[in-house]
Amino acid sequence: MRFIDLLDFASTSLRGSRSRTLLMILAMSIGVAAVVVLTALGEGARRYVVNQFSSLGTNLVLVFPGRTETAGINPGMLLGQIPRELSLDDAEALLKSPAVKRIAPLTIGTSEISRAALNREVVVLGSTSELLTVRHMSLGQGQFLPAGDIHSSASVCVLGNKIKHELFGNESGIGAWVRLGDRRFRVIGVMARQGESMGFNTDEIVIVPVSSAHLLFNTSGLFRILVEAKSRDALEPAKRAAEKILMERHNNERDVTVVTQDAVLKTFDRILRALTLAVGGIAAISLAVAGVLIMNVMLIAVSQRVKEIGLLKALGAPAAEIRKLFFAEAILLSGIGSVAGLILGEIGVLAIGKLYPSLPVVAPWWAVLAALLTSLVTGVLFSVWPARRAARLDPVTALAGR
Amino acid sequence: MIQFENVSRSFLVGDQKVAALRDINLSIAAGDYVSIMGPSGSGKSTLLNLIGLLDRPTSGTYRLDGGDVTALNDEQQARVRSQKIGFVFQSFHLVPRLTAAMNIELPLILAGIPPAERKRRVAELLENYGLNDRADHRPDQLSGGQRQRVAIARATSMRPAVLLADEPTGNLDQTTGREVIKLLEALTEQHVALILVTHDPAIGGRAKRQLQMVDGQIISQT
Ligand SMILES: Nc1ncnc2c1ncn2[C@@H]1O[C@H](COP(=O)(O)OP(=O)(O)OP(=O)(O)O)[C@@H](O)[C@H]1O
Ligand SMILES: [Mg+2]
Repeated sequence: MRFIDLLDFASTSLRGSRSRTLLMILAMSIGVAAVVVLTALGEGARRYVVNQFSSLGTNLVLVFPGRTETAGINPGMLLGQIPRELSLDDAEALLKSPAVKRIAPLTIGTSEISRAALNREVVVLGSTSELLTVRHMSLGQGQFLPAGDIHSSASVCVLGNKIKHELFGNESGIGAWVRLGDRRFRVIGVMARQGESMGFNTDEIVIVPVSSAHLLFNTSGLFRILVEAKSRDALEPAKRAAEKILMERHNNERDVTVVTQDAVLKTFDRILRALTLAVGGIAAISLAVAGVLIMNVMLIAVSQRVKEIGLLKALGAPAAEIRKLFFAEAILLSGIGSVAGLILGEIGVLAIGKLYPSLPVVAPWWAVLAALLTSLVTGVLFSVWPARRAARLDPVTALAGR
Repeated sequence: MIQFENVSRSFLVGDQKVAALRDINLSIAAGDYVSIMGPSGSGKSTLLNLIGLLDRPTSGTYRLDGGDVTALNDEQQARVRSQKIGFVFQSFHLVPRLTAAMNIELPLILAGIPPAERKRRVAELLENYGLNDRADHRPDQLSGGQRQRVAIARATSMRPAVLLADEPTGNLDQTTGREVIKLLEALTEQHVALILVTHDPAIGGRAKRQLQMVDGQIISQT
């Protein structure tokens, strides 16, 4: 029997029992669509996080006060010491390393901002002029923090886009005075609208020089230091240099945490990839369920078509050919089912993309391939038994319909 | 062409052995017209199934065209069936979802004959059996006589040397039955051996050779 005729004959028997065929195709396509949609969601989440991270800046090394990854207990903790804080001089010292291009110290706090009768609570970020470049932020109007001495506490501020609108409406606001806590600041710039990034809304912050922030909050420590390495290759040297410089400055104690942004990113990447795999795998179980369904329906088909099988044998079809006929049916079913499932899944992915435009949902190619393969393999695997049963029928009893 | 030597076939029913055929010796030549008659349960269908290689004898040898076909494996027997043997059944056994033309084409498809040749032969058979205007009808849209004509066309599509018919008129009225028998008889003129099982003496009596079976044995031959 020619291959084309095999498919043709199999398709006549599929068309012969429509509801059964549709049911099986539905089961298969739901399985495939589930794999496509769920892995697309997982992959979307992963890409979202990766994008967010790279929008934070490139070639970044982050320095935190305190040591988070040491195993065991820090002796200082037993003595009730709080970890030594990161100072502005610590931050400046990092620039000694040839691997470091720029640094931006960060301190953070909340305060009340007011202008005339208007006031609200805001997050105040203390930093330097370098923050703009290091963090890939963009300025809307006016200027950013002035460059110069890191210790100078100029009373100037840059407003987040939304804050500016709340306080000044459509006026530019540049040059006006606002009150932060009990100090007055002159507005010198407004950030461009940026929206949320890593759970931090840059539209709702106020940026002031780091020393001014220290005065405002009556502190001297830094929340973290953002270090931009000269290049991607300089990331590790910059990280080691930062560790070394800070250890020397802190009486040879390793009391800071230095991580490259890449390391953080890789961890997220790994976790989210594993998650995608896991949900994809769970969805694939529905394909196995579809496979069991196919097997059941095929077994029923065999018993319903006993006479036909007997006839085919009488007409000279060997057992192998009968098996192939049932395999062809299973392959057609799961093939059509997977294509339908792919279309269904892609529609689902498109719909999700429309609902959540910020989530870059795309089904990864390996998941699509795996779904297709799984459905074809389950289709064939679960039809082995029915096909063998059909092929083994004794022609005389089969013709008698027994 | 067909030679049975001491062929027996028995079935195990529970732990009882039922002898359906006992020591059958028979030879049938190309173009022979043989009818088999006998009471129910006498082994007529069993004999036909053995000749058609749908079943294997318990003992004895069966030679077809000189070769011992009992020694062949299932696949080889299937090939012999495809090439040399045609079946016509009492209940037609047409595939219900296929049209008349497709039913006729089925043995050709199974044998892997190229489509062009298939179309030619099917057209010829539809013409010969007066089924031209029924080609695209499914079996449930055909009368009994038309169904049996489709079945005969199908049985002859591979141009077999032997045609086995087990009560081909059993489900038909007398006139239609006669027409069907005439179509089968016409085949013997083309050197096809026709072996016909029937209960109807009027039909069986038309054959050149008539076998009478009782209790698994051929008791008389004419
Ligand atoms: N598969 C089987 N299992 C057990 N016994 C069988 C089987 N097939 C046939 N027999 C027995 O073999 C004997 C002959 O049966 P067979 O079908 O050949 O009779 P028949 O002459 O064709 O009868 P009928 O005219 O009713 O068709 C019967 O006794 C029957 O019971
Ligand atoms: Mg019988």
